[in-house]
Amino acid sequence: MENPYLPYPVRIDEIITETEDKNLKTYKLVFLNTDDEEKFIFQAGQFAELSIAGQGEIPIGIASSPSEKGFLKFTVNKVGRVTTHLHNMTVGDIMGVRGPLGNYYPWDRMEGKNVVIIGGGFAFTTLRSSIIYMLHPKNRSRFKDIHVIYGARTPGMLLYRDELTEWEKRDDIYMHITVDATDDPDWKYHIGFVPTITDQKAPEGNADTYAIVCGPPIMIKFTQPVLDKLKYSHENIIMSLEMRMKCGIGICGRCNIGTEYVCKDGPVFTLDQLNRMPKEY
Amino acid sequence: MNVIKIDKKTWTEGIGRLQGFYRLIGPVKDGDFYQFKALEKGESPDFSMLNTRLSPKSIIYPQSEVMFEYSLDETRDDCHVIKEIQVEYSPQVVFGIRPCDAKAFLLVQRNFETPEYKDPYWIRLYETTALIGLACNTPCSTCFCVDAGSGPFNDAGLDILLIDAGEYYYARVNTAKGEKILKDSGWSEETETKDAELAIENLKQAAENRITARISTDRLKEKGVPDLFNAPFWEDVAFACINCGTCTYVCPTCWCFDIQDEVRGTDGVRMRNWDSCMYPLFTLHGSGHNPRDAKTKRLRQRFMHKLKYYVDKYNDGIQCVGCGRCINLCPVNIDIRKICEAMNGFEPEQKSI
Ligand SMILES: Cc1cc2nc3c(=O)[nH]c(=O)nc-3n(C[C@H](O)[C@H](O)[C@H](O)COP(=O)(O)OP(=O)(O)OC[C@H]3O[C@@H](n4cnc5c(N)ncnc54)[C@H](O)[C@@H]3O)c2cc1C
Ligand code: SF4
Ligand code: SF4
Ligand code: FES
Repeated sequence: MENPYLPYPVRIDEIITETEDKNLKTYKLVFLNTDDEEKFIFQAGQFAELSIAGQGEIPIGIASSPSEKGFLKFTVNKVGRVTTHLHNMTVGDIMGVRGPLGNYYPWDRMEGKNVVIIGGGFAFTTLRSSIIYMLHPKNRSRFKDIHVIYGARTPGMLLYRDELTEWEKRDDIYMHITVDATDDPDWKYHIGFVPTITDQKAPEGNADTYAIVCGPPIMIKFTQPVLDKLKYSHENIIMSLEMRMKCGIGICGRCNIGTEYVCKDGPVFTLDQLNRMPKEY
Repeated sequence: MNVIKIDKKTWTEGIGRLQGFYRLIGPVKDGDFYQFKALEKGESPDFSMLNTRLSPKSIIYPQSEVMFEYSLDETRDDCHVIKEIQVEYSPQVVFGIRPCDAKAFLLVQRNFETPEYKDPYWIRLYETTALIGLACNTPCSTCFCVDAGSGPFNDAGLDILLIDAGEYYYARVNTAKGEKILKDSGWSEETETKDAELAIENLKQAAENRITARISTDRLKEKGVPDLFNAPFWEDVAFACINCGTCTYVCPTCWCFDIQDEVRGTDGVRMRNWDSCMYPLFTLHGSGHNPRDAKTKRLRQRFMHKLKYYVDKYNDGIQCVGCGRCINLCPVNIDIRKICEAMNGFEPEQKSI
């Protein structure tokens, strides 16, 4: 019998400190067994349990894209027991990955449509995966316009800065990068909160336009009225939720909102679905 | 389904013989209460109990269970690699399980054996265990098994149902596993038919007539989740609750667990332990945010899960078999029957959505 709790062994191949406060690091992980890598077939928006012997497991969104082969990437914010331990680990260390878990952004439904990505803070991880995926030469023609509105407190708190700069240069993706505030005179992009920039830059909502929104609760709260004003239907607003998790497969009973287990039936829900669920997240 | 008559004079002898083939588990008296325990050689299950204080769920789903092992010894090649543990699953037979508790395993099975994921720990123990039930001739005053979809003579989930008829037991055999056990026991295989069924039916009627505790569940399905979720009665219901978690630990149909790593020296294991939705830590995020940050929300989760979410999800009754344990053991007398009544009869002044 296959054991769904058994992680695949992986080795840390590279660690990148992403933000100026050093609280966010990206881990590039390589499978010890190539068979395992072949079994790990995922879609942008899914997550995995990072598993550290002696410490425990944490659910983390997959930041690499299905189109990137040979490794997985995760960006981890240091908050508690497992994440702190992970931040002290070094290249070459062995750990585990269990997954892929959960559902993903509705790529089938979004085919042939405009996609507006709205992200704030460090919830940009699976959005990176999505952007890389959509920009891949094999996939780019499957989508119409791509907009990205991404904000952080300061320029130094933005994730994946090199890639953001590269995407800025392209003409097949509209980038709207913003920070809450900065005293950097060379800052070339926007200043202002994500909801404000969304109001100014996001295209009008219609049947052919989807918004994927990931960020801290406060950002989501103020972005929603903007999307309503822009006439996005709630079926076309896609969100990814977080809950405390353990099993990640809908069995330990921990992460439900009403009848739905966020780990298995989510973490991706449309706003329309969320409207019909209890407000308990 | 055939019925066999076992003379009580041959009972201990058969138990002894079965001990040669299986690990036997049965109720034994421990202080003022009964509990399920592995039977020693020569020990018989004690059928004088009404029911055990803790449900028998731990036989299939131990309160603490090792899932994996690993070494943190840096000199070893397999250091930090998480590995399956090797466990022998030898066949075991549980005697004297009550029909409600046996039915509970069928409810819990829906959680552990899903189309997408199979929990190997639960499934392996469930598959290597045979359940021999004992019908309830005298159900307790807090039982509401019939309304909860079970019943004092219910066969669901049982390999054999024993019915105490004075000088002898009737044994109703439901599965091949059950037949094999009877064969191994050496108890007479004299098949009873008409008379036996009649006697059993009479005992069953008498038992069901003794059940006075009732609940109605017929309208739970039609209620809206947001309506029940936002119903005004939760504050009142939860007022006295001290979030002790007793109701979840004693319940045969509560299945939530936590996963933790434990290390001694350089040897470590990953374990799972029963957990409870009554505890704040159950849902506390690393950021400090907690979607169930008040006891009312936690209590509401327990009852919404059993009486609404489960009902909606599986369309096959409530996630409760009416054993009455949570009613008997709650230190502040919170009663699922009353909560079910409130939910089933709830009419919102205004629908939430
Ligand atoms: C679907 C999903 C995707 C996520 N993606 C990311 C990501 O890409 N990057 C990132 O930095 N964080 C992400 N998180 C949050 C991350 O899982 C928690 O910050 C992390 O579990 C905290 O673990 P800890 O041991 O350091 O904290 P502690 O507070 O010590 O937590 C102890 C244990 O509780 C559980 N837990 C605590 N907080 C959470 C939480 N918010 N969500 C789930 N389980 C929790 C974990 O099992 C954890 O090991 C995600 C969460 C979910 C549910
Ligand atoms: S046993 Fe009673 S007091 Fe304890 S958590 Fe359950 S309902 Fe609350
Ligand atoms: S909820 Fe209470 S009555 Fe129902 S099965 Fe659990 S312990 Fe028994
Ligand atoms: S994390 Fe276990 S049910 Fe979702």
